[in-house]
Amino acid sequence: MRAKRIKGIKFGLLSSKEIRKMSASRIITPDTYGEDGFPIERGLVNQHIGVIDPGLRCKTCGGRMGECPGHFGHIDLEAPVIHIGYAKLIYRILAATCRKCSRVVLGEEDRKRFLEEIKRQKERQADVGEVVKQVFREAAKSSVCMYCSEPQNPIKYDKPTTYIEIDEDGKERRLMPTDVRERLERIPDEDVLLFGMDPGNARPEWMVLTVLPVPPVTARPSITLESGQRSEDDLTHKLVDIIRINQRFMENRDAGAPQLIIEDLWELLQYHVNTYFDNEIPGVPPARHRSGRPLKTISQRLKGKDGRFRGSLSGKRVNFSARTVISPDPNIDIDEVGVPEEIAKELTITVNVTERNLDVMRGTIKRGKKHPGVNYVRRVDGRKIKVTESNYEALAEELDIGWKVERHIQDGDIVLFNRQPSLHRLSIMAHYVRVMPGRTFRLNPAVCPPYNADYDGDEMNLHVLQTEEARAEAKILMEVQRNIISPRFGRPIIGGIHDYITGLFLLTSGEKRFEKEKVLDILHKIDIEDLGEYGGTFESPVRSEVSGMGFEEVRLSPYWTGKQIFSMILPKQLNLQFRGKMCARCIERGEECKKEQCPREAYVVIKEGNLLCGVIDERAIGSFKGIIIDKIFRQYREEVAKVFINNVSRLAINYIKRTGFSFGISDEDIPREGKEQIREEAVHEAEKKVDELIRAYEGGELEALPGRTLEETLELLIMQELAHARDDSGIIAERYLSIENPGVLMAKSGARGSMLNLTQMAACVGQQSVRGERIKRGYQGRTLPHFKPGDRSADAHGFVRSSFKDGLSPTEYFFHAIGGREALVDTAVRTSQSGYFQRRLINALQDLEVKYDGTVRETKGIVVQFKYGDDSVDPSKGEYGKVVDIDEVIREAIGAESRG
Amino acid sequence: MKKGRFSILEHELVPKHEIPEGREVAELLDKYKLQKEQLPKIKKSDPVIKEIKAKVGDVVRITRRSRTAGKSLSYRLVIE
Repeated sequence: MRAKRIKGIKFGLLSSKEIRKMSASRIITPDTYGEDGFPIERGLVNQHIGVIDPGLRCKTCGGRMGECPGHFGHIDLEAPVIHIGYAKLIYRILAATCRKCSRVVLGEEDRKRFLEEIKRQKERQADVGEVVKQVFREAAKSSVCMYCSEPQNPIKYDKPTTYIEIDEDGKERRLMPTDVRERLERIPDEDVLLFGMDPGNARPEWMVLTVLPVPPVTARPSITLESGQRSEDDLTHKLVDIIRINQRFMENRDAGAPQLIIEDLWELLQYHVNTYFDNEIPGVPPARHRSGRPLKTISQRLKGKDGRFRGSLSGKRVNFSARTVISPDPNIDIDEVGVPEEIAKELTITVNVTERNLDVMRGTIKRGKKHPGVNYVRRVDGRKIKVTESNYEALAEELDIGWKVERHIQDGDIVLFNRQPSLHRLSIMAHYVRVMPGRTFRLNPAVCPPYNADYDGDEMNLHVLQTEEARAEAKILMEVQRNIISPRFGRPIIGGIHDYITGLFLLTSGEKRFEKEKVLDILHKIDIEDLGEYGGTFESPVRSEVSGMGFEEVRLSPYWTGKQIFSMILPKQLNLQFRGKMCARCIERGEECKKEQCPREAYVVIKEGNLLCGVIDERAIGSFKGIIIDKIFRQYREEVAKVFINNVSRLAINYIKRTGFSFGISDEDIPREGKEQIREEAVHEAEKKVDELIRAYEGGELEALPGRTLEETLELLIMQELAHARDDSGIIAERYLSIENPGVLMAKSGARGSMLNLTQMAACVGQQSVRGERIKRGYQGRTLPHFKPGDRSADAHGFVRSSFKDGLSPTEYFFHAIGGREALVDTAVRTSQSGYFQRRLINALQDLEVKYDGTVRETKGIVVQFKYGDDSVDPSKGEYGKVVDIDEVIREAIGAESRG
Repeated sequence: MKKGRFSILEHELVPKHEIPEGREVAELLDKYKLQKEQLPKIKKSDPVIKEIKAKVGDVVRITRRSRTAGKSLSYRLVIE
């Protein structure tokens, strides 16, 4: 068959004539397979309507299994039945048309108006639904036909498929499908237009079925069970039911059975046809399998998440992909991904064998089942041969130019790596393969932020690129190092997290001294040629052995400082000055910045690639901030930035591994006097003030704040006072927890956690709130039976004075659970809502494109913006939202230090 | 303008709408290789269009303050 181009798609109804025309076989027997195991002629699985058995040929097109697409058959229904999908529309049409002449009961003028309106809407390719709705509403109103003067009777619709006419005396008469069909047949073509239907393409009477199309067997294949028994598809089962009842109906009618029995059978036939289309009709018991499982009929196949549309057509599945759990490896590059050998042996790249790679490929095949091997070869004639234990040597010999070889992926191959939800383009980036032992994908923790990944069981997907074009495109656009700067906010999204920050913070704070062996030990994984000038010398005793006499000698040995070690991974020409995370914002408080003399080492100066002062923290190398990474990326581009981040990983991890770093429950300890102080100075003080406020309120001395009631004022002041209490206790706790404390160190350097977290653990958890207010819900006048009604004190409304370390009292624990639940609900609601908003936004924007003339246009070329973002700046390419950072250019030109 | 009503053009949130000369429109269409229909649209029932008395088929020039570029120009075709 020749490939054809689709010119258009037309939706309409099938007429009985059409159904018969496209039918390859009239089905009359409900049986499927005969005694001999072959399909029965004129049966539901007959050989005219498709083949599912290997070796048989289709009697309509002659195709074998897989070649023949299947052909429709048909069942002649002995009595017409309503098509359940159109039951409601049929009701509307019945109500809108004359019972005698079947004209739409509308005045000539209205008719014309509506017809024109429909025509106009169609020309505009707009929805005619609203107009049609009006037609039905207007036409159903009239009680007498203006064409044949026949009085109109109201029609009652009894779900799912029964129509009842109520005559003048209120007597009810059921309209059988034959009556319905007759009425619909009489509607003239000109009137059909009023329903928004195209009479050539969808006549109303076609909604009442006289012939039922039978889908090809290929659409409802039977499966053979292990026992050799055949199990038919649900649709086939349903069709069997229909044919049986159809036959019984015919027999009974021909035998002249009483009207009552005929009607019952008719009803039954209607039921089976209904459930054949849709087995989830409200008010209709679903047709069930023998086991009691409801049958999956046509509607169920199409509907819903796993239906044909969302599940099969929109839902794509791909080959050459793998998925497993991710785990960290700071020793691999940021643009690498560790791939388990097991996976590497399953994923392949097709290589064309040429003169130049013939020997290499031959060698690869010769490796057999070992890793960088080959799974399949394809000969010049197109035959695909699996490489097995027994044939690999022969195949290697036979291999020739023009063959295709499906080789395992190996180190250096480019692949795409992805973590769902893929919310931004950085959720899929190109990595280079590094085959490793183990069963997880390995990922450098510095690349976690763009994927939003962690290692608590996250799984990620890997896709192997199959064409040279795809590999080139991925390399140019999707490499990790090309995406260090986020297009969202124009700053690095890849950078140090957690231990990377802690490690470098420890290394670069103060004046730590390391002798040569130590330095080499820390740096051994990093490619550095020269240790450079040492920072100084210190005296070290050395034991010498001279002719058997041991004596001690004092030698001067050189040392390097931590800052010098860090400088070794900086590019040589880098100049930079900035304030780190430790900065206490002296300037904002009106004091002078001490710059190089900053007692907190917050002022970082890098000159000619040397860290002269300041400590490296989150603002220097962290993801989302990373001023040094940002600067290196802009000055030296992606390769240097990548190497820098790689080196940061290795240096930081190596150092922290050697010094050791831990945080335990005892690190939250505060000495006794500190606890006392917190209780006395912060908590008691605040509680006293709260009591005073309450007394003032009760004594009528409290003055309301503008725009608030007295009560609101009281609550507000109490909240303020109690928030103060927590902050104060935090400040006191800080006095007892120095930077030596690993918790404080992590919070201050930005590695993990905040001072608030530490305060809550060590000093005081503070006020719990629901919707920004103190906890008020519970019983009448009180939160819990532990308190007196009307108690307004701090602890009766959710103030937790304990710390997490000390433990919470039962009432505190309960209040904390209340507040915690709100936080939980909030995040759950927020993620789902923002996810949906994002989806809608992306759907709306996905076809917009920035053209070469700088305009933003949609698919038809209609301009959306005359200049992209009004200034044509890509935030990831420009300098902080501008095309160039002119101040920086000038500073560089006159040799001043960059960025104060 | 009726007495007692103010012009919406004077409101600070309404950007400047003008009807440019035919030459400017021709240049614009030529510069971006545009058909008139490819311009963004604005309904003639839009209050600002009534105010400046533009007709269907006219192109209006809109001058906005922009956070990124300071000032930005945009054009719209008046439609039914």
